[in-house]
Amino acid sequence: MGEHHGPEKGIKRWLLATNHKDIGTMYLWFSFAMFLIGGAFAMIIRAELFQPGMQLVEPDFFNQMTTLHGLVMVFGAIMPSFVGLANWMIPMMIGAPDMALPRMNNLSFWLLPFAFAVLLSSLFMEGGAPNFGWTFYAPLSTTYGPPSTTFFIFGVHIMGASSIMGSINIIATVMNLRAPGMTYMKMPLFVWTWVITAFLLIAVMPVLAGAVTMMLMDIHFGTSFFSAAGGGDPVLFQHIFWFFGHPEVYIIILPAFGVVSEIIPTFARKPLFGYASMVYATASIAFLSFIVWAHHMYTTGMPLAGELYFMYATMLIAVPTGVKVFNWVATMYDGALTFETPMLFCLGFLFLFTMGGFTGLMLSIAPADFQYHDTYFVVAHFHYVMVAGAIFSMTAAVYYWLPKWCGRMYNETLGKAQFWISFIGFNLTFFPQHFVGLAGMPRRIPDYALQFADFNMMSSIGAFIYGGSQLFFLYNVIATIRSGEKVSDDKVWEGANGLEWTVPTPAPFHTFSTPPEVK
Amino acid sequence: MYLSVDRLKKFTFRPALMLFVLFSTGAIADPSQRWQLNMSPGVTELGQKIYDLHMAVTIICCVIALFVFIPLTIIIVKHRKSTGKQAATWHENLFFELSWTIIPFFILGFMAYPSTMTLIEAYDTSDSDIDILVTGYQWKWKYEYLGKDGKNFSFMSNLSTPRDVIYGDPTERENYLLEVDEPLLIPVNQKTRFLVTAADVIHAWWVPDLAVKKDATPGYINEAYTIPTKTGTYRGQCAELCGKDHGFMPIVVKVVEQAEFDAWVEEKSKAVDLSPKTFDELMALGKDLYATNCAACHGVNGEGIAGAFPGLKGSPIAVGDMTGHLDIVVNGKPGTAMAAYGSQLDALKLAAIITYERNAWGNNAGDSVQATDVLNYMNGGAK
Amino acid sequence: MATPVTKTKVQRKLVGKLTLLVLCMFGFGFALVPLYDLLCEITGINGKTNTVAYTDIKQPVDTSREINVQFIAINNDKMSWAFRPTARTIKVNPGAPTETFFYAKNPMDYQMTGQAVPSVSPARAAAYFHKVECFCFDQQILESGEDVEMGLQFVIDNDLPDDVRTITLTYTLFDVTEDRVASAYSLN
Repeated sequence: MGEHHGPEKGIKRWLLATNHKDIGTMYLWFSFAMFLIGGAFAMIIRAELFQPGMQLVEPDFFNQMTTLHGLVMVFGAIMPSFVGLANWMIPMMIGAPDMALPRMNNLSFWLLPFAFAVLLSSLFMEGGAPNFGWTFYAPLSTTYGPPSTTFFIFGVHIMGASSIMGSINIIATVMNLRAPGMTYMKMPLFVWTWVITAFLLIAVMPVLAGAVTMMLMDIHFGTSFFSAAGGGDPVLFQHIFWFFGHPEVYIIILPAFGVVSEIIPTFARKPLFGYASMVYATASIAFLSFIVWAHHMYTTGMPLAGELYFMYATMLIAVPTGVKVFNWVATMYDGALTFETPMLFCLGFLFLFTMGGFTGLMLSIAPADFQYHDTYFVVAHFHYVMVAGAIFSMTAAVYYWLPKWCGRMYNETLGKAQFWISFIGFNLTFFPQHFVGLAGMPRRIPDYALQFADFNMMSSIGAFIYGGSQLFFLYNVIATIRSGEKVSDDKVWEGANGLEWTVPTPAPFHTFSTPPEVK
Repeated sequence: MYLSVDRLKKFTFRPALMLFVLFSTGAIADPSQRWQLNMSPGVTELGQKIYDLHMAVTIICCVIALFVFIPLTIIIVKHRKSTGKQAATWHENLFFELSWTIIPFFILGFMAYPSTMTLIEAYDTSDSDIDILVTGYQWKWKYEYLGKDGKNFSFMSNLSTPRDVIYGDPTERENYLLEVDEPLLIPVNQKTRFLVTAADVIHAWWVPDLAVKKDATPGYINEAYTIPTKTGTYRGQCAELCGKDHGFMPIVVKVVEQAEFDAWVEEKSKAVDLSPKTFDELMALGKDLYATNCAACHGVNGEGIAGAFPGLKGSPIAVGDMTGHLDIVVNGKPGTAMAAYGSQLDALKLAAIITYERNAWGNNAGDSVQATDVLNYMNGGAK
Repeated sequence: MATPVTKTKVQRKLVGKLTLLVLCMFGFGFALVPLYDLLCEITGINGKTNTVAYTDIKQPVDTSREINVQFIAINNDKMSWAFRPTARTIKVNPGAPTETFFYAKNPMDYQMTGQAVPSVSPARAAAYFHKVECFCFDQQILESGEDVEMGLQFVIDNDLPDDVRTITLTYTLFDVTEDRVASAYSLN
């Protein structure tokens, strides 16, 4: 990316990278590759669901696709992309010369390709890839799992180790390497959301590691953590999984909140509204994420008191989330708005994530969830928060900081076109899924009754459009790096604020070797 | 991997036709269902309450959405830089920040009250009139009637959509994927209690119109109830991923008048038909039973699924010693996916399936087995 | 390597603390197992009943109400034993110790071990359903062709909530014969 001074030459630069910018770049490219692979799986799913009847794949292969789509998107695309962004931006935002633990940084990245090579190689094993859903409920994944389950467990262990190391690094960087005068309450919100995310990761990734270790022991060493026959309990698996799984969804969305909180003020040319309440709201969401996990398990036959508790606690999440949305709107009020591509994606985020929030609130109502649970309504809900939440804001982030990274400006027309195609494709895909879900279509089925045919066909067409729009993105990024119009202004954007915009464009290999003074 | 050129062709040529069919005539499904947008209130009081709750929350969400999206749109239109607007610099307002923190609590409280009441009702444990034990199997349901009067019978309920329709053209098939060989009957206006469990992996028993969805977990029993107020046929599906054919284990419940229900119970409680059957009768019965019970794994033509499930065509068990065949069907094969059908099907059905497997697709064992033989085998124990 | 970052003592201490947190959370994952069992035992989540004999049966018999106790036997996947309750329902007074039997037979030509797993519905009744003696406390070993009547003694607590009139006790019988509990996923 552009001219650098100091990096090693050739492959060694990447294999032995300790520079936060190089590692960030690798994370970003890796996650984009995973995004395309996970997207390809989604295209297979939508192609099979294009019309009723089985046309393309066998049901078991369909299950492998839904499983790998979920795992690759969550652990391979979204999480590493935000880690990459953290690597690039956090040192530049807090005035640090690099990440606090550069060698561990290298290790935590290079574990990922191995983890996913192991996971994806299971596709070519006898019996096929994991086919039990990304939630891998026991006993479907233990007693009844395919032989490749062991490799899946190994893969999860490695990617978990990678995330944990990445998080320790981020916390160490933020706590110890802030420039003089950069107090906690002066940190950009992206840094704040990442610190909180890193703590969430440290708290729950080990629990996931514990869960898959228990699975491994059940499969190979004759224990019965999750088998009723030996005194275990399959429902216990769900409790442990969701104790990890619910914070996990906030791990995905909190950095996205951070990105949006950086971009909206820039293009509104007005400071972020309610900075302090944003920080507190993020922290409250993180706290609440630990005490609401069983709302994924309303139909497991929990006692009434348990259902009521988890219902009330879950409803509370709407409060801090609402505060954030209102604050973003208030930031734009009285601003001087322009609508470059990053801002468009943030506005898309604001509309669509809010809708995902509403369906989330609906799902929290336990008796209504008896009808929503495990239907396409849930699928629609979490794609509104994951795709329109995390992926839209990640796309916004790439367009926003790309000129700073490589010193060249992306093609605005192409960027805007990508936004509109994505926006339309996304809604065409997922909006009808609310309807089929309410009308009674269960999730994770390879074929469906005829009354769901029309909406499913729309959904598939939308998915192909959305999938196609990502190729615009790839093209636009590559074209920018290779031949984009040069940018020389340090600030790039008229309304930009923050330390990362005080370094030269493109950002040199080493920044802030001498810490800046923050007033 | 599983892509074949043949299928790819079908896939590329049919969409044009499908698009025409789907978006023009209402040939394939009841039009009122085709564009169903919303949850169905169903035929129970609880279902109606859940529906009302769902609508109330939806409307509240829509109103809040207007409160957010209308100002947002106005801001996007009015506060553009291109209108010559100068950005303000304020970034705090205690009054607004406090109000949009506090007001939501009241809205949530307003939603919590009816939710709590409905939930309590769903957990009602008062006496039931009918008890049905529902057991999930990969990939079918078993229903057992637990009569208060000591009457007791059970049967399996399998998908009855033929495989060649699923892999062919489903558009003309009424109730495609939502039909079973033997539905469950329950009486109207009576409280039916479902005891839900599973014999292998976790399933979930869901009939939207009866407002019942409960996880079926192996080793654990859950209960749910329904009081249907209208007769009719209600369809549902398994709602928890349970393996390969998760999408192919529907539920059909017929709500009938008490008299019809009583007659059904009477009929079903009769002993199994043990009278000798001719070879052709067994083959005909066996063909249908094989399609619903066995074809999912062993293939419609006994070809199996390479790498996962063995074929039966020419298999040493299917054309070998009868006792060995009885053993594997009745007792299953430990350590594999082959279940013990002795506890799932009655003697006549087992006899028909075994006879069919020994003589179909070019298998030439040439012998047959009667229901009494199967019963003798099961009672005689070991081979 | 041009990393100007010096690892200070502070840095090492912080990383140490965070690593400790990671290890604690890994342990916590495993600690959830006994914690959950404890919670289930106290509250009867999941319809779990006591797994060791209940000894405290000095409660007076409450003749004012009768509870229907329903017995169900289920064979888990591939368990080939005949398995059924000898009585499907019995009416009992809270406080009165009651005994009933389950029948089991091994039809296979080899010795097998079974484990019955009890579950009670409605789940909140589980905490009031005390088993004085139960075949589910131990594994059952049956020789080829052997059959057995297995005893269950129980007492229902006087404090059982009034609105619970029917208690369903299910036993799911699992095949736990050694060397047979291999993966159910078949490759053949």
